[in-house]
Amino acid sequence: MAELRVYAIPAEAAPPAPAAPAAANEAPTLEERLRWFPPNTHITVRGLRKTFGGTVIYDGFDLDIPRGKITSVFGPNGCGKSTLINMISGLIPYDVGQILFDGKTLAETRIGYVFQNYREALFPWMRAIDNIHYPLKLMGVPKAERERRVEKLIASFDVPIDFNAYPYQLSGGQMQTICIMRALVVEPEVLFLDEPFSALDYEMTLLMRDRLQRIYQERGTTMMMVSHNLEDAVWLADHILLLTRKPTRVADFVSFDAVRPRTAETLSEPDFVRVKKHCLEVFQREASLR
Amino acid sequence: MKNLDRLFGSVKPLWGVLTLLAIWWLAWKAEVADPVLLPSPQATMASLWEGMADGGLWGDFLSTVKRTTISFALAAVIAIPLGIFLGSSERLYRSLEFIIDFFRSTPASALFPLFLILFGVGELAKILVAAFGAALVILFNVAYGVMNARQTRLLAARVMGANKLQTLRDVMFWESLPQTFVGLRNGVSLALVIVIVAEMFIGSTDGLGHRLVEAQMLFRMPEMYAAIFAAGALGYALNWGSLLVEKRIVHWGGK
Repeated sequence: MAELRVYAIPAEAAPPAPAAPAAANEAPTLEERLRWFPPNTHITVRGLRKTFGGTVIYDGFDLDIPRGKITSVFGPNGCGKSTLINMISGLIPYDVGQILFDGKTLAETRIGYVFQNYREALFPWMRAIDNIHYPLKLMGVPKAERERRVEKLIASFDVPIDFNAYPYQLSGGQMQTICIMRALVVEPEVLFLDEPFSALDYEMTLLMRDRLQRIYQERGTTMMMVSHNLEDAVWLADHILLLTRKPTRVADFVSFDAVRPRTAETLSEPDFVRVKKHCLEVFQREASLR
Repeated sequence: MKNLDRLFGSVKPLWGVLTLLAIWWLAWKAEVADPVLLPSPQATMASLWEGMADGGLWGDFLSTVKRTTISFALAAVIAIPLGIFLGSSERLYRSLEFIIDFFRSTPASALFPLFLILFGVGELAKILVAAFGAALVILFNVAYGVMNARQTRLLAARVMGANKLQTLRDVMFWESLPQTFVGLRNGVSLALVIVIVAEMFIGSTDGLGHRLVEAQMLFRMPEMYAAIFAAGALGYALNWGSLLVEKRIVHWGGK
């Protein structure tokens, strides 16, 4: 668990063997692209191609996601924001390309995923506590160890939730909190969040945003969050990945380095306003291009 | 006023029963039908009571319960796992859908002769033909429950690292339970129908179906009506019981 990966291209990241003819055609360029990525990169996406039916959504898509940072994904409707994190997290397959986490494949990486629809993501036949236990159970963690870890997690969250209740007995914010806890209990290397606040009311969104920031500050987990709300996207993020219409490319990769913990005041600070304005401009430019 | 409302409210189902009995009694009193064909309610109730108390009807009632329970249990044990298996692969289910729908639509009574030839005139044929009918209804519902499992839940299990078997056991099975219970409720009702018909026509010496036919042939009308009521009560109890079990197990249903 504590093994440390050094930045170097591991064997499995080498150009694909002849067994994969589709990728072999572009081997030289892929190889070149694989050689370099900025320091402190956690996730590398190279030569990604994805088509739905006849529509090309991604083609030759490259991306570097920094380690230990929150990256928001923002872009026009239907540009494939969720598709991107779903491909990276392995929920949907991609046609061609390579996605590595510190040079490891997805199967070798522990990830957590928080869905937009918490009601449908939790298992209503299990109590909240058992929902949190479940991923550890899948990993084959013995019961005593599981209980120790879940207790620790609950203590660190310090939220007034009845963990013995069934999900449908909880409020929306509580359910989404359980979802986040379920994703975090395995101590993921990367946490994916697909519009985690969009099913919550504004008051709850503010609370959950704050909670998520605290989790990030305590753990420093690399997070990738899809958002359709620019305020959330900028407020939480260290980087905002702005996408174009499909075929999707990176329109801009904006940094926002306001100090943490960020508060309601952050929203009116010049830096926040400037970054948000810039993102909006890029978004409007991309959204108007048809 | 309020107390009166509550009184009327709590006995609401009884009103219908009382009205029916009243109409029946009036019809008998006015001799709308030949009193031999339409006995009085009190004579019928007396026959029901006697039959249940002195063993005749009660014994037949128990035989029917036993056959229904065995065939229903057999159907459930086979159809639930099979339904989950077929439902987990939509392509597989679609390729078998016609066969399932065809036999589901075939009146089970049309299969009596076949089952008689295959399994003889004994207990086995009755139980198997009822189990066959019930199993198809259960299978169809379980498979649909699995196929309509919520995508997000399946993805959630997968992203947490569940393999195929774990997804099947921990998610698909539970996701299909509400629909499974629809199948079980229909299945138990159908099993009862088939068992009673089988008792009528596949050489039987006991059971409510046998009692009904015998009472009819001997023109013992109160006894026949009593057997009808016993069968009705049994069907109602089975349905009510499975609803109760369903509410217990599928506590998240509709929430």
